Amino acid sequence: MRTKKSYFPFGYILPAFVIVFAFRLIPIMLSFIISFFKWTIQGPEEFIGLQNYIKLFQDPGFWQSLINTFYLVVFIVPITLILSLFFANLLNRTKKLSGLFRTTYFIPTVTSLVAISILWKLIFSPQGGLMNHVLGFFSIHGLNWLSEPRGIFTLLFSTIGINIPKVFGGPSLALFAIIIVSIWRSLGYNTIIYLAGLQNIPEVYYEAADIDGASKWKQFFHITVPLISPTTFYVLLMTTITTFQVFSQVYLMTGPPIGGPLGTTKVIVYYIFDIGFGESQNLSYASAIALVLFFIILGLTMLQKRLEKRVQY
Amino acid sequence: MLKRYFGKGFSYFMLVLCGLIMIVPFIWMVSTSLKSQTAINKGSVGFIPIEFVNYYIHDGKKELCEIVVEEKNLTVINIYDKDGKTFKESYVKVPTENIKSSKKLKFHLNNYKEAFTKVPFGKYFLNTLFVSFSVLIGVLITSSLAAYAFARMRFKGRDFIFYLFISMMMVPQPIYLIPSYFLLTKLGWINTYQALIIPWIANIFSIFLLRQQFKTIPQDLFDAAVIDGCSRFEILWRIVLPISKPILATTAIFSLIGSWNSFMWPLVMTSSDNLRVLQVGLSYFAQEASSSTALLMSASTFSIAPLLILFLFAQRQIISSFISSGLKG
Repeated sequence: MRTKKSYFPFGYILPAFVIVFAFRLIPIMLSFIISFFKWTIQGPEEFIGLQNYIKLFQDPGFWQSLINTFYLVVFIVPITLILSLFFANLLNRTKKLSGLFRTTYFIPTVTSLVAISILWKLIFSPQGGLMNHVLGFFSIHGLNWLSEPRGIFTLLFSTIGINIPKVFGGPSLALFAIIIVSIWRSLGYNTIIYLAGLQNIPEVYYEAADIDGASKWKQFFHITVPLISPTTFYVLLMTTITTFQVFSQVYLMTGPPIGGPLGTTKVIVYYIFDIGFGESQNLSYASAIALVLFFIILGLTMLQKRLEKRVQY
Repeated sequence: MLKRYFGKGFSYFMLVLCGLIMIVPFIWMVSTSLKSQTAINKGSVGFIPIEFVNYYIHDGKKELCEIVVEEKNLTVINIYDKDGKTFKESYVKVPTENIKSSKKLKFHLNNYKEAFTKVPFGKYFLNTLFVSFSVLIGVLITSSLAAYAFARMRFKGRDFIFYLFISMMMVPQPIYLIPSYFLLTKLGWINTYQALIIPWIANIFSIFLLRQQFKTIPQDLFDAAVIDGCSRFEILWRIVLPISKPILATTAIFSLIGSWNSFMWPLVMTSSDNLRVLQVGLSYFAQEASSSTALLMSASTFSIAPLLILFLFAQRQIISSFISSGLKG
């Protein structure tokens, strides 16, 4: 019966295959080719070899956007991990209202980034914004948020009269506002993912630990943390990948000019967008930057997978 | 015992605090959308759209008015007509003591109307709806077919193609945005609905989700169907799809959320106002009318409302979809 050849299995895959081939595979391969050519919207003009990649290393705009993106990753990823594990733990221990909490936490995740960015731009506004109004209750006044190019560490230390070198200034307050929004948006999603992970840990481990007299903290660090590590790696990977792709927040919250103040919120995807579709319309150079981003993400993914294998329980 | 109660109290305190941080921005957004722009410009930050209204009291009558210039004894006012919009009398000098101010709760639903007359959000809404549902139908068809073949058929190159798909899934959109723009230009698709729909009607993630589900269906069911004379396609249509309804719903929800919120792609691929989707329209409005905060908040509220309503109705399904996809992916 099963050897009947009256059907054509590939036919079932064909519709999806055609689309994936034409709109994923070809563009991805094309971006390699484009990056080696002088390429306009009409097509290739001349082969330029590695010129774009050499240019990249000498382009301060590229480095600045790379540093800004790294700031995002360095702040967003650990804070998200800690906060979402913390809230998942609290949710796991409470029975009453936990459905309501889950729904509430999840709302930002299903809301469009465009609306969220417009909303938070207003919240951070020094004129009539909610943020400064709330901070006013804690006697913090006059923060310029999205138009403040000074680093957060510079600002922090200047309140106690210490001037620190610019290199250690950290992300600008404007970029920090974007960090806050990004964490806020994905916190609910990651908390729910962690919660699901926590619920998979068998109760008996904790019961045994209770009998042995282990404190709650000890239980957390010696049972929860190791057993939750697959979820941690998932959250780590996904948060890193999405953080490298931050675009809408920068596009809609900062500026004019976008990426301001002083370019301190220009992130790599916005830089690609600006080079490719802005005034210069340099498709070829934008492709080269996009590929660098691709290899950074690929490298980090592989690194994390390796680490995950080593830390398996 | 005391410590336990303290722990519980702390938990709830933190959970409620976090819940407030998640929800308060949205409440503020709605309340700002209901305030008048003048009230906002005067520094109204609170959550309840309260306004100060002025009344001119004379001869036992109370008339709504607007203060033009206020001086010690005399105040110049405009007196509103009964409709509360047009002036009955302008620049009237009256004694200041006859002017009474009071707080009044006032919802400026008009902001929504005004935002709609300034920008054709209705059209953008229909465009988004059309694109989202076209993509949805496409995704359901292509994914069910492909997932069925990947899960239930044996043929040469099956695993190779599957892993090729999966590796494509891992590539973020910004990486292929530039060459896609070039490609769509060559196809003449820039500023067409095709550009917004066709590249998205195959969703690798959906294929992956459906394949996982189709694999779990017992072989006996297929054998029985074959004996009964069902063709391959009939098995898919009559047996596999009906018993996979929950996962199809999950796929549909992801697809809808994805296309509704998609921004960068339509921003790059379309520039004509006729094809503008809600997110792009909203972003242009934000740049043009950045000072009309009340209107901006009305438009934003309108743009997130449909998905939010869908979410509140199907929240259990949606949250568990996100969890299962997260753990499988």
